[in-house]
Amino acid sequence: MTAALRAEAVSRAFGGVQALSDCTLTAAAGQITGLIGPNGSGKTTLFNILTGYERADSGEVFLSRARITGAAPHRVFGLGVGRTFQLTRIFPRLTVLENMLVPARPPPRPGRWRPLAGAGSAAQRRRAAELLEFTGIAGHAGALAGTLSYGQRKLLELACVLIADPAVVLLDEPAGGVNPTLITHLAARIRDLNAAGTTFLIVEHNMDFVMGLCDQVTVLNYGTVVAAGPPQEIRADPRVLDAYLGGAGDGSAGG
Amino acid sequence: MTAGAARQRAAPAAGIAVLLAAVAVFPLVFTNATVTNFAVVTLIFVACASAWNLFSGYCGYLSLGHAVFFGTGAYVTGIAARDWQVAGNGVFGLLPLAAAAAAVLAVPLGLIALRVRRHTFVVITIAYFFIAQLAASNLAVTGGSSGLLAPAPGYAAATFNNPFYYVALVLAAGTVALSWAIRRSVLGLHLRAIRDDEDRAAGLGVRVTAAKLTAFAVSGLITGAAGGLWFYFLGQAYPQFAFDPLFDLAVVLMAFFGGLGTVAGPVLGALVLEPAQLYLTLQFTNGYLSEILLGLLLLVVLRFLPRGVLPTAAEQWARAWAARQRAAGRGPAPPDGVPAAGSPPAGGQQAGEVPAGGPPVSGAGS
Amino acid sequence: MLRAVAAGILGGGVYALMAAGLTLIFGVLDIINIAQGILVVLGAYLSYVLSVHLHIDLFVGLLITVPAMFVIGVAIYWLFISPLRGAERTSMTLLACYAVALITEGVLYKVFGPGFVSLNAWYTTTSVHVAGFYLPVIDLLAFGLAVAALAVLYAVLYRTRFGRAVRATMQNRTAAALVGISVSRVAALTFGIGVAVTAIGGMAFGATSGGFSPNSGYDLISRLLAIVILGGLGSVGGALVAAVFMTTAESIVDVWSPNWAVAVFYVALVVVLTIRPAGLLGRAPVRAQ
Repeated sequence: MTAALRAEAVSRAFGGVQALSDCTLTAAAGQITGLIGPNGSGKTTLFNILTGYERADSGEVFLSRARITGAAPHRVFGLGVGRTFQLTRIFPRLTVLENMLVPARPPPRPGRWRPLAGAGSAAQRRRAAELLEFTGIAGHAGALAGTLSYGQRKLLELACVLIADPAVVLLDEPAGGVNPTLITHLAARIRDLNAAGTTFLIVEHNMDFVMGLCDQVTVLNYGTVVAAGPPQEIRADPRVLDAYLGGAGDGSAGG
Repeated sequence: MTAGAARQRAAPAAGIAVLLAAVAVFPLVFTNATVTNFAVVTLIFVACASAWNLFSGYCGYLSLGHAVFFGTGAYVTGIAARDWQVAGNGVFGLLPLAAAAAAVLAVPLGLIALRVRRHTFVVITIAYFFIAQLAASNLAVTGGSSGLLAPAPGYAAATFNNPFYYVALVLAAGTVALSWAIRRSVLGLHLRAIRDDEDRAAGLGVRVTAAKLTAFAVSGLITGAAGGLWFYFLGQAYPQFAFDPLFDLAVVLMAFFGGLGTVAGPVLGALVLEPAQLYLTLQFTNGYLSEILLGLLLLVVLRFLPRGVLPTAAEQWARAWAARQRAAGRGPAPPDGVPAAGSPPAGGQQAGEVPAGGPPVSGAGS
Repeated sequence: MLRAVAAGILGGGVYALMAAGLTLIFGVLDIINIAQGILVVLGAYLSYVLSVHLHIDLFVGLLITVPAMFVIGVAIYWLFISPLRGAERTSMTLLACYAVALITEGVLYKVFGPGFVSLNAWYTTTSVHVAGFYLPVIDLLAFGLAVAALAVLYAVLYRTRFGRAVRATMQNRTAAALVGISVSRVAALTFGIGVAVTAIGGMAFGATSGGFSPNSGYDLISRLLAIVILGGLGSVGGALVAAVFMTTAESIVDVWSPNWAVAVFYVALVVVLTIRPAGLLGRAPVRAQ
């Protein structure tokens, strides 16, 4: 399953600060798109708007042909767009497996809400186990999620997003604060999923990660799109270098 | 399945059957009126504590206003009995009505209260409590400050308590069963997710308002039925009695003591604390002592047993067992996500295998 | 009617003071101190003991009761609140305050019994003729006292180093710790201050209420909570506005229907929260952890 996610002319201000102005961004179907930019350039705000956690002041959001501007987060999720958060969020007092079962979609039934049905049908548990295996934390399925290390939590969060079989996955700094081995592992998993057709939009500061993984890269600075194109072009674009080094640069080349 | 596994499956079921049988014949064996009296009240609190825990324990919104449901159940039963001339066993038939009234009340109360963050939620439930007490004191239909009297049950003096006992037993057992069923259901999972991170749960598609409201209504329903039963058993209801802040304190304490969010915790809490409180009230007729002691006990529990007796005990037991296993050379996987010995070293990656987030190598603490 | 409004405003001052302590504790510590109501009653009883048994004037007695309540506040914090740990910490703190409230009430019952007492002095029974109606002198004095105390509180918060530390901690605990503020000390002291104002509030309440008993705690805390929530948790200014608003409204309703006047508080609370969950002047609820 695949789809394209597109923000068109999105603007958002917080009080006097114009977080985003007239941003247009496309995460093309079946591609891995990177979103980079110095701290404060509006990346997370754009993410939030794309996934319904915030409303844009103006502009539209499209999922393939459908207009999803202003849809609530759970609706966006239901339409096949999953996301992770910058500060990894999991349910610490549920087990790893139970974490996976929360977003699991119940098998389609003709309209009955059966709250007392046992949580997690056999099919759901199987799929959850598969995903845990895929991300590499299957050994901790019975442990409380709160006992996982930081890197493991990121994997769990990713697995949770995947269980709903999303067409588009947005990752907010997946490589942040994570050791190099795990970064490589993550990149490999993303490639695997992308090969199966999943569209990715990734916010990252780690340039090696982004450049090595993404088909397209968009650069944001002070809330506007500065450049967009394949990694090689972006790497050499003087406006991009300017944005990072000339302004409120975070000097994060190399993560 | 093997005989051993079959035996394993049968054991808890057999245990419960034995327990139920024992509890069922209890009042026939122990005929002392005081004992059965304690038993009835204790069972009522088992139901109330479980009901409270089913909402507050599972989803984390502490309600200090459940006395509203309790008192509503009491008053509805009383008003119905009075206006419809119900007496004898028929009054038990009014309990479903009391339960329904409480559940219906829970919906608007919940819709307002569940929109706010948790601190404010607690305060709103307290506000509800005071409004209810005030209403009961001032409305004519509830008998004002003198309250209502229950119809005389007309049971033989020797076995007076027994009908109440069995009704209370059914209520308590049903509540515990429901609590267990909910915990392992989709609703229970969603409630616990809400407790951990409500916004994230919402973002993942959990219908948070529906879940919370359902639990709140179910919790209120049971508490209402318990209130009706209690009213009939004790024979009266007046505002300070039916809407008693100590009710909420007791129920909260029982759940915390036994283990908040577990199924058996509130049961244990009620079984231990209610007879203790009743006994104390009997010995020291000055009621204020129980207030002080309950308060102190709650402080102690919060300080030293924050997760309650059962979870703490279970954890100690699990640790002792694991230590014994390791000492005997049979090492199970250590609990905290530390990779078991033998995970592949960095660089030797098989598909799908990762050095467990690499705690030894990790550049970031957890 | 004018009298009702005047009485309402005067009463609002006293409630504002008691509520200020509560909202301050919330702002710094993220705790709703449910015991605040009964602690006010405790303060009133302390003033009572000093006045009746030691013949110390009510206002002079404050020199003793305020430090005493401050110490009690810090003790409560150190003993029952700061040692709490665990995932459910905020809930547990709430319950700890609830427990302290009930214990205090039980102790007051045991020591003083359930009967009503009141604080009396030569000025509690006299009235002053103002603009065509009589205002009890004690109401005016209590209001003046409340205003003075609030002014001192304001001065401490905005003109001293300690006050700056408190405000910094209110806004961002981690940042405050990073710049060298001892957050635990600020927390303990703030709790102490929040409780110390109950000594003043207690005296004012005891003198103007016409009689109180250990049971008065419930009524008080429910009003204080309503005021604080209405004004917005953490906003002292909001508490002030809400206090005056509520007491004036109650005073007006009282003219028509004394029985239901008290309901004004709760009904107003529920109504406002239905429309605006953050309260009148509160910070917008941030529900993320």
